[in-house]
Amino acid sequence: MYKYDEYDHQMLADRVQQFRDQTARYLDGKLSEAEFLPLRLQNGLYVQRLAPMMRIAVPYGMLSSTQLRKLAYITNHYDKGYAHLTTRQNVQINWPNLSEVPDILADLAEVEMHAVQTSGNCIRNTTTDQFAGVAVDELEDSRAYCEIIRQWSTFHPEFAFLPRKFKIAVCGTAIDQAATQVHDIGVYLIKGPNDEVGFRILAGGGLGRTPVIGQEVFDFVEKKHLLTALEAILRVYNREGRRDNKYKARIKILVKETGVEEFRNKVMKEWEIVKDSALTLSDEEIARCKKFFVDPDYEELSDCPGELTDNLQRDVLFAAWHSQNVKPHKKAGYAIVTVCFKETGVAPGDITYRQLNQVADLADSYSFGEVRISHHQNIVMADVRQDQLYALWRELDSGAMASHNLGLLTDIICCPGGDFCALANAKSIPIAESIQRKFNDHEELKDIGVMNINISGCMNACGHHHVGNIGILGVDKKGEEYYQVSLGGSSKNAASLGKIIGPSFAQEEIPEVVEKIVGVYKANRTGDEKFIDTYNRIGLEPFKETVYAKAD
Amino acid sequence: MQKLINTESVLDNHWTVMKVATGPEVLQAVQGKNFVVPLKFYKLYRSELDEYSGNIAVWLDSDEQVEQIGDELHSLPLIALNFPVFSDGRSYTNARELRQRYGYKGEIRAIGDVLRDQLYYMAQCGFTSFELRHDQDVEVCLGAFDDFKTGYQSTIVEPTPLFRRR
Repeated sequence: MYKYDEYDHQMLADRVQQFRDQTARYLDGKLSEAEFLPLRLQNGLYVQRLAPMMRIAVPYGMLSSTQLRKLAYITNHYDKGYAHLTTRQNVQINWPNLSEVPDILADLAEVEMHAVQTSGNCIRNTTTDQFAGVAVDELEDSRAYCEIIRQWSTFHPEFAFLPRKFKIAVCGTAIDQAATQVHDIGVYLIKGPNDEVGFRILAGGGLGRTPVIGQEVFDFVEKKHLLTALEAILRVYNREGRRDNKYKARIKILVKETGVEEFRNKVMKEWEIVKDSALTLSDEEIARCKKFFVDPDYEELSDCPGELTDNLQRDVLFAAWHSQNVKPHKKAGYAIVTVCFKETGVAPGDITYRQLNQVADLADSYSFGEVRISHHQNIVMADVRQDQLYALWRELDSGAMASHNLGLLTDIICCPGGDFCALANAKSIPIAESIQRKFNDHEELKDIGVMNINISGCMNACGHHHVGNIGILGVDKKGEEYYQVSLGGSSKNAASLGKIIGPSFAQEEIPEVVEKIVGVYKANRTGDEKFIDTYNRIGLEPFKETVYAKAD
Repeated sequence: MQKLINTESVLDNHWTVMKVATGPEVLQAVQGKNFVVPLKFYKLYRSELDEYSGNIAVWLDSDEQVEQIGDELHSLPLIALNFPVFSDGRSYTNARELRQRYGYKGEIRAIGDVLRDQLYYMAQCGFTSFELRHDQDVEVCLGAFDDFKTGYQSTIVEPTPLFRRR
C-alpha cells in the first residue's frame, strides 16, 4: 500500500489548514454560500436532505486496518455509528456537523486519509479493479498507475474548476471489473507492438443522463507518456467542454459533439506541447510507486488444502458462501474473499462502526492488514490462506457479515437515494430491500445465477443503473415516485447500456416486475447461459410482453 | 478602485481595463493612457491602436482562445484573462497555454471575479498579477500564495513535478 512521505503529509496538512480557514470565514459570513460551495464540495462535503454528507476518499479502494479503525472511530464519534460504501470505492458518512468537519479531516490526515476531490467539478477518486495485484488474469498491477494519477490529479491547479466532475478508471485485468468504459477517461493496461506494457486510453464514457461508452483517443502510449496524455485530454476538456448547461457539461458530450476524430486531433495538438516535457514519467518514479504494491510475504502453499475441502463437505452454509464469495488467487494456496454488504434489511453498502473494527481485526488476522472496497459496495480481503477460509467465515458469520449472495441478484448496487440525497427523485434503498425480500431463497438465487440489479434514485446515476443487467431508475411523475426499468446493461468487457423496457412502475410493483423478468429468462435460457447472454440472444421483446401482459 | 496585487505585495495599477469598447474614437478623448482592450476590439482596430499615444494591452474572456491573438502576442506588455465567475476555470488553461505553448514572458493579469481562494492556483498557472474583486481583503489575499508549500504537478512556477524532486 502507498505510504505518505513528508511531501504528501505536508500537502495534506496544508489542505486541512486551508479548509479550516475557509470554513471559519464561511461561518463568519465572510465567504458567501456560492463561493463556499465548490470549496466544501472539493473537500467532500455535500449539504443533503437531513444533514451534511461527507465523502471520504479511498484511493482506488485500498484501506489498511489502521485506516479502517480510524473510520470506525469517526463514524462512531462524529456520526451515527454507520458508514456507507460508495460506487466510487469511497466511504460516506451522513450526519457530520459542519463545524466539526475540519476536525474530522485532521483525524483522517493522521492515517494518510482525506476527503479531497470526492465531489465538485474536478478530477475525482481514480478507481480500479478490486482484485488488482492478486487477480489471475492480470497483465500488470494497476495500482501503481492509479497512485501516479492520484498524485497528478490532486490539487492540480489548472483543473480545479472543470465544466463538470471527471472520473478516471484504470484496468489491468483481462476481465474488466472497474466499469472502465463508462468513465470520463478509461485507461487499459495493454501490450504494445513490441510486447511492452503501455496504455490504451478512452475518453468520453459516462453514465448520468446520457450514458455513453468511451471512445479510443490513444490506441497505445508508452508508460512514460501516461500523465502527459491525460493532461492533454483534460486541457481540451477544460477549455472546450460546455459550461452553458450542466447536463451537457461532461466530456462525453464534448466528444460526441466534436466527433472523436476531431477531438483526437485537438488532444494531439495539446499533447505535442507537453509530450516529453518534465511531466514525462521517469523509470525511477514508476519503480518507486510499484514498490508500494509488491506481494506480501506469501507462504509456499498448495491449492485446496485438506482443511478447506473437509469443511466444504461438512458445512453446507460455508460451502454456499465459498462458492459465491471466494475467488481464485494468483498465488497457490491463497484466495480472494469478498465480504458482501448486501444483507436484506440493511441498506446496500452500509457498514456499522463495529463491523469496520471487526473487518480491521480480520484483515490483520487473515489478510496482511489490508482490504479493498469494490465499486459493487462490498469489501475485499485479497490475500486469505485457503486453509484459513473456514475460520474467517465463522468470524464473519458472528459479525453478520457472511452474506453469500455475492454476484447474485440480491447483491444490488444502490445509491443512498431519496432517503438521504437531496438530488434524488425517488427512494432507492426500500426498492432494493423489497427485491431482496422477494428473492430470499438461496437455492433459487443460485439457480438464477450471475445477474446484477443496479438502482439509482435519479438521472445522476450514482447507482450505475445503465449498466445493470436490470437497471432501475427513480423518476418523478407528477410528484409521485415511479421507477423506470431497463434491461441488458453490463459494465464488463462487452460493456452495454440497458434499454428501457416501457412505461415506469409504482414502487410496490417492482418486486413482481423483477420476478417476471427472471421468469422469462428461466423459460428461455439454454444450458448454463447467464441472464445477460439470454437477453442478448432473445432481445427485449419477450420480456416486455410478459411484464406488461394484462392479467386474464 | 479595485486593488491590484502580485504574489508578494500591493501594486500600483497603471492599466485601465476597458470592459466594453465600441470603436477607436473612445481612445481619442484620452491620450497617453494605458488601456487593456477587449480582444475583438484589438483585432478590428489594429492600425488605429498602433497610432495611439499610450500603451495598449489585451484582455481575453474565458471563451476566447489564446491563438486568436495572433503573432503580435509577444509585443504585448500585458495580457489579462477574465474570470466572468470564479468557478469558470477556462482562464487557467489559457494562462498555461500562453506560457507553455507561446512562451509569453509578459505580465498575465487575472481580472473579473478574482477571489482569495483561487489565487494560489492562478499563480501556479502563470498569472503574475491579480486585480481583486472590490470586496476582497488585500491582506487575506496576500496570504493565499502560501496555502501550499509545494504541489505534485509540473506548473509554470515549478515546471519540475514533485516526482523529479523527491
